[in-house]
Parts: sequence; structure tokens; C-alpha cells
Amino acid sequence: MKIYLKIWRQKDASSKGKIVDYTMDGVEGDMSFLEMLDILNEDLIAKGEVPIEFDHDCREGICGTCSLQINGRPHGPDRLITVCQLHMRSFNDGDTIVIEPFRAKAFPVIKDLIVDRNAFERIQQAGGFISVNTSGRTVDANNIPIRKENADKAFNAAACIGCGACVAACKNASAMLFTSAKVSQFALLPQGRVEAAERVQNMVKQMDLEGFGNCTNTGACEIECPKGISLENIARMNREYLSASIKG
Amino acid sequence: MSSLIKSSIARKVVMALSGLFLVLFLALHVTINFTSVISPDTFNQWSHFMGYNGLVQYIMQPVLILGVIVHFVMGIILEYQNTRARSIKYTKYKGAANSPWVSRNMIITGLVVLAFLGLHFYDFWIHEMTYKYLEAKPEDPTRYYIETVEKFAPIWRTVIYIVSFGLLSLHLWHGFASSFQSMGLNNKYTPSIKSFAKIYAVIVPLVFVFIAIYHHLNPITH
Repeated sequence: MKIYLKIWRQKDASSKGKIVDYTMDGVEGDMSFLEMLDILNEDLIAKGEVPIEFDHDCREGICGTCSLQINGRPHGPDRLITVCQLHMRSFNDGDTIVIEPFRAKAFPVIKDLIVDRNAFERIQQAGGFISVNTSGRTVDANNIPIRKENADKAFNAAACIGCGACVAACKNASAMLFTSAKVSQFALLPQGRVEAAERVQNMVKQMDLEGFGNCTNTGACEIECPKGISLENIARMNREYLSASIKG
Repeated sequence: MSSLIKSSIARKVVMALSGLFLVLFLALHVTINFTSVISPDTFNQWSHFMGYNGLVQYIMQPVLILGVIVHFVMGIILEYQNTRARSIKYTKYKGAANSPWVSRNMIITGLVVLAFLGLHFYDFWIHEMTYKYLEAKPEDPTRYYIETVEKFAPIWRTVIYIVSFGLLSLHLWHGFASSFQSMGLNNKYTPSIKSFAKIYAVIVPLVFVFIAIYHHLNPITH
């Protein structure tokens, strides 16, 4: 396949970036998208040019590190996968592919296609945990009865890998799906109920401080989430937040 | 409570509550308007009641105006913040692949409805205020039907009403059901709420359009 690439290049955080055109010949359908970029980078290095920086780690769809906006969609055209799980068979010979970093004020570009997603880390640090004694006297979680329905919903929320596709897809760059998943995975379980009110207030406060946009319920985040995190989590977070705030 | 007022969730709840209040008002409005098609006398009675009842005039009317202002101002604030949240736009953004057009363009449909409200207020509210307070004319319980029908005589006004109600329908299509999600209600009843909201979003504006066309096609002959 011959593929025409339009890739965002930006020297560093303070430089102004631009789209640069590249042409790739001999692209195989079985190549992963990141392998295709690896080969492009090998070509660039061979020519003495600066390779394109992009985030990647596990390449198994688990870590949430890869973060590319491909042809206007986070993680590309296929559903429920990350970029590293996207293969070139999803494209056709002669296609032009536009590759950009995830765009949000709270996700500043560091270089080329790499963005700083520490805003998510700070939201997590604000309350995305439970305070337990881990000295060995903790009750085994399997001994606590939990409704199957709640366990399933908590598991759905806990599947969030924090990749940021929800923010990238949202027209408002809202982080509500991410934050609500992290709130929900604890709010649905007895271990998390103890600090539920404090958690949701602190995490929402941090989310707002980071400069993410407001949710307008377009549902784009749910569609583009590689882990299929449900919009129900956002409603749950709203509920938890209102309840916690009113009770004071 | 102080953190609640500043939060993005609270802003969305204010948007949702003011929106639901306006949805409720629309149901009342369309019901009274529809009587103008069935019985001019009933329409006159209701209009006179709404125009001179103290509770309606001094409680309901200010609350309604406040509801419109809150919904509009909060919508502008949210839009401003949302635009700032992505200062550098994508070169290519395929919003249609993951969300309906109406959900992404509530500000457009909302601003058109707001502009229409300007005309609507000029047509009826300003006229009423002038009649009652500036000109201090006596009560006339028979005037409302004639005044309403005469408003729809020009084709341009009827067309503006039809287009505006089309946009209102799109606004309701997303906004009505969305307000429940904003308030934290997403459960087994959500599919039913969404269906009801969509039926409402079509039927109510359609009845308003029908009334406008009906009066345009059936002018009062003196």
C-alpha cells in the first residue's frame, strides 16, 4: 500500500507546530499503526532527519500510553481499541492519514505527538484511591459480599486505562468520563463508600482546576473509549457530587 | 456548598433545571395556543386569565423571564469555557463519527431560538406591556384571538416561526433527555425518558408550527 501521511511536528512545548507531509511505500496491512510509524522513523533517521516522537509502551492495549488523533478520531477509525491495536488493514492504498496529538488545554504538547497527561495523575492523586491498612490485617476483598450488578459496573469503570481518548474526542475537551470512571470504581464497592463524598468533591475540584471543558452529554467519549467505559459513570459522579455537596 | 456553586457539575445542573422548567412552560404554552384553533372564545378566556391574573403576572412571569435569562447566560458561560478548553483546534476533527450534530451544536440552535424569542417578545409581550401599562387601555377579554391571528398574516413572520420551531425541536431533541443525565439520573428508566423526550421534541414544535400555518391560511376577514 502507498499511504500519504500528514503528521503534526512540533519541536518543543514552546514552539509553534505544523503539519508535515510524508509518503510511505510498501505498507503492509498486517503492520500495526505504530509499526508503520516505526518504519517511517527508521527512514527519517537514515536520512539524517529528526524522527517523529510519539508515546507508546505496552503495545497490547493495556497501558493507555499511545495517544494519537488519527483522521479526526482518537485511536483511529476502529472501535474499542488503542492505537497500538490498530492495523494498517483498516486503511486503503492511496489513503491520506492525518495524525495529530490529543488536543486539550489541559494536555499541552511536549513534542510532536506527545502530550503531557499529568492532569489525569493529579486528578487521581486528589482522591482516586482508598485509605487502607496494608499491614496484613486487611479483610480479604473476596470475603465482602457484593451484588453482581455492582461488581460488574465497578469492573467496567476500573477498566479505564487513562489514555485520554475521552478528552480528545469530546468537543469540549471534558474529562468527565475519566474522572467519573475513577470515582465510580470505588463508589460502587463497600471499601470505597467510606471516603466516597470526600473523594468525588476533591476529584471534581481538581478536574475543574486543570481547565478541562464541561460535559454536554454528546456521548462522543463513550463511543471513542477503547475500554467501553459507560456514560452511566458520569451520571453516577454527578449524583455522588450533588449528594456530597448538599449534605456538606 | 460554596464549592458546589463554582463546580462544572453545578453549572450543568443549573442548565438542566432551567431547561426542564422551560420545557414544562412550553407544554403549558402549546396547550393554550392550541385552543385558538379549536375555540377562539376559550383562547380569549385563557389569554385574558394569563394576562391579568396576579399570580401569573407577578410570580410566574418574572420566574419565567429569569429561567430564560439563567438558561441563556449559563449556556454562554459553558460555551466560553468549553472553547477555551481546546485552544488549539484539530486540523481534522470527525465529530459526526461519534456524536449527533444536534448534541454538538446546542449553542447554534439555542442562539436561533433566543433570536426568535426577541421577535416573539416584540410581537406579544412588548405589545401587552404597552397595551396595559403605557397606553393604559381598558381590559378587553375578546381581543386576543384577533391579535394573534393577525400576527400570522404576513408570510415572512409565519416562515420565521416555522424555522425557529424547527431549531427548537433540534434543541429539545438533545437537551431534554440530556438534562436528566446532567442531574445524575441514568438508570433503567433512561431509555423511556429518552423516547418520551424525543416524542416531545417533535410533537410540541410541530403543534406550534401547525398553529402558525393554520392562522396564516385562515385570516380574519373584516
